[in-house]
Amino acid sequence: MMRSEPRALQLNEHGQLKHFLTLDGLDKTILTEILDRADSFLSMGEQSVKKVPLLRGKTVVNLFFENSTRTRTTFELAAKRLSADVINLNIETSATSKGESLLDTLKNLEAMQSDMFIVRHSDSGAAHFIAEHCTPNVAIINAGDGRHAHPTQAMLDMLTIRRHKGRFDGLKVAIVGDILHSRVARSQLQALTTLGVEEVRLVGPKTLVPKFFEEMGATICHDLEAGLKDVDVIVMLRLQKERMKGALLPSEGEFYRLYGLTEETLAWAKPDAIVMHPGPINRGVEISSEVADGAHSVILNQVTNGIAVRMAVLSMAMSGQLQRDSGEDEK
Amino acid sequence: MKLRIQNGRVIDPSQDLDAVTDLFIDNEKVAAIGEAPDGFENAEIIDATGKWVLPGLVDLAVALREPGQTQKGNIATEGRAAVSGGVTTLVCPPDTNPIVDTSSVAALIQDKADEAGMANVFPIGALTKGLAGEQLSNMMALTDAGCVAVSNHRYPVVNTKVLSRALEYAATHDLLVVFHPDEESLSEGGCAHEGLMSTMHGLAGIPEEAETIALMRDLLLVEKTGVRAHFARLSCAKSVEMLADAKASGLDVTADVAVHNLLLTDQILSRFDGQYHVLPPLRGDEDRLTLIEGIKAGVITAICSDHQPHEKMAKIAPFAATEPGMANVEVLLPLAMELMDEGDLDLSTLLSCLTCGPANCFGLEAGSLSVGSFADLIIFDSTARWQWTHHNRKTKGHNSPYFGTTLTGQVIATFISGQQVYRLA
Repeated sequence: MMRSEPRALQLNEHGQLKHFLTLDGLDKTILTEILDRADSFLSMGEQSVKKVPLLRGKTVVNLFFENSTRTRTTFELAAKRLSADVINLNIETSATSKGESLLDTLKNLEAMQSDMFIVRHSDSGAAHFIAEHCTPNVAIINAGDGRHAHPTQAMLDMLTIRRHKGRFDGLKVAIVGDILHSRVARSQLQALTTLGVEEVRLVGPKTLVPKFFEEMGATICHDLEAGLKDVDVIVMLRLQKERMKGALLPSEGEFYRLYGLTEETLAWAKPDAIVMHPGPINRGVEISSEVADGAHSVILNQVTNGIAVRMAVLSMAMSGQLQRDSGEDEK
Repeated sequence: MKLRIQNGRVIDPSQDLDAVTDLFIDNEKVAAIGEAPDGFENAEIIDATGKWVLPGLVDLAVALREPGQTQKGNIATEGRAAVSGGVTTLVCPPDTNPIVDTSSVAALIQDKADEAGMANVFPIGALTKGLAGEQLSNMMALTDAGCVAVSNHRYPVVNTKVLSRALEYAATHDLLVVFHPDEESLSEGGCAHEGLMSTMHGLAGIPEEAETIALMRDLLLVEKTGVRAHFARLSCAKSVEMLADAKASGLDVTADVAVHNLLLTDQILSRFDGQYHVLPPLRGDEDRLTLIEGIKAGVITAICSDHQPHEKMAKIAPFAATEPGMANVEVLLPLAMELMDEGDLDLSTLLSCLTCGPANCFGLEAGSLSVGSFADLIIFDSTARWQWTHHNRKTKGHNSPYFGTTLTGQVIATFISGQQVYRLA
């Protein structure tokens, strides 16, 4: 039995989203639709009544196998603003029986007639796995799987870029830091390439920026100055403290000296460059406090945009699920 | 008992034979090919018109899972799967529970295999006690108990001095050592070939150096100790080149490859389907093509199924969390036949890698239909199109990406020592 391709797995027969697993295989039209819809939700967020009834009567389960406060909270807020009922489940997994407990958990939640699972898991491909093993009318939203993908984070970053720059073509974007372990960087690279920016530079030492990313359309820079020169957008990634143990880096201090974003290094970028970070920030490890809190930083806008993008994705996937159902009824 | 298998296309690479002819079996052995010897007037006749008559296949890598992991398979079920796939002789790895590091475990496996009456089973004994890489196993006792080789399987012997001494000891007694070259510090935690696909999909990679660094160390120690060596499950282009160089410089070593490493590449990873999680991993297309070239050049002389049955749950998890391995012993031949189109391998070379080739690697009396050999043979319908499914499978294993696919070529009957042990229903 051959498994379906991710592309086919997340789209219904009309080419609409029914899951949101990865940006791989999604075209510019769908990505733009997500951004447009998020834009309209953003203006709604400024109003005093922030709710729309798009997910009324639907049960959304936040299924987090990995800890995350910010992502879970913004997903919860997004679902609630769409009038869904939301359940949060934080599930600790033992390394040995991961697969079994995952499937058992899913079967239980299915039996509770949930309509949507928002999943975060430490294994790459976990969201695909769940989409394949769930009853087909549950929408699966990937909130981060291993090193593989974090598509809503990437889309909120795209929204942030579009709102500040007004376009994608002609932009130069630098993503700096631990690319190897970053699902955010992978999804950002796919989004930026699809939306047609001029150049995506991945910046870091060889231990954290494997050469294979070049084949995915990125330019690799091992020198921060070359990487930041004339860029419009800088994305700093969080450096996990564990990376020192795996002999990937000598020390936080050396990393900061070579790749840290400070007021001095920021000057290499265009004067109107924006600085983004998926959070949480390690001040003094990858970014200085002055820059994080400075005029170029759009880090808090990212959080606001995150709610809007997640509302857009949740409502689109749910409508893709319903369209699919009615399509089947016609047959 | 006398048997005449008549009018089949008898193909036996061990004697360069490919002819439509009759095969005569007297008692357990091949009595003649072509003309009937005296006394065959009243022999039982099996008509093989339009079919192939081949030596029984020799598979160097079939995990039987017994003792210790019978939820995955057992000697009876996997033996039945083997003969239904035309495998009449199989070699099983030492990684059972308990491990094959005592003669009693080796004997148990063979007793159970005899009782099952299926394929001829030859265990590999552990090179070190508990496969722990620290103390030498009782290699001679294992050999006396029927083990055809010793190996540390995929468990690394981290301490090179221990490995060197184990090889010296094995060489003293002219034992065959099977190597699975793998530098654990490089492969640990990995589940896919390190390359574009693993990078893109965020799967922890296993670099080719995990194989080649270990292979280089092993080759140097083989050269030093003079031990008889076989290299198992090669996966990288570079390994083929290194082995070819070693052979050219006079080192008498052999090698095998798993059939899936000849058919599939890491491109398939985009599905995140754990059925494709194998070790060593599916690598790039250049690796795959070089492995096939290695077969053509005689560097690799055996193709095996690397049969590793699992219970259903072992594969129901995100990719990295699944257990590695496929259970393909019963479709080894039709899968290998795909290489004639895919890899431009000629039939004789291909069948040699499934019969006399692997038998010669391990010095087994098998894989040949020459007069006087044991009559281990199969009748094969090379054009039959059939579907292998969870329902008609013989293995206890649930894990193969080939379930549900249509295969070309099917084993009709299998004979071991002249006795029919399998017939297609």
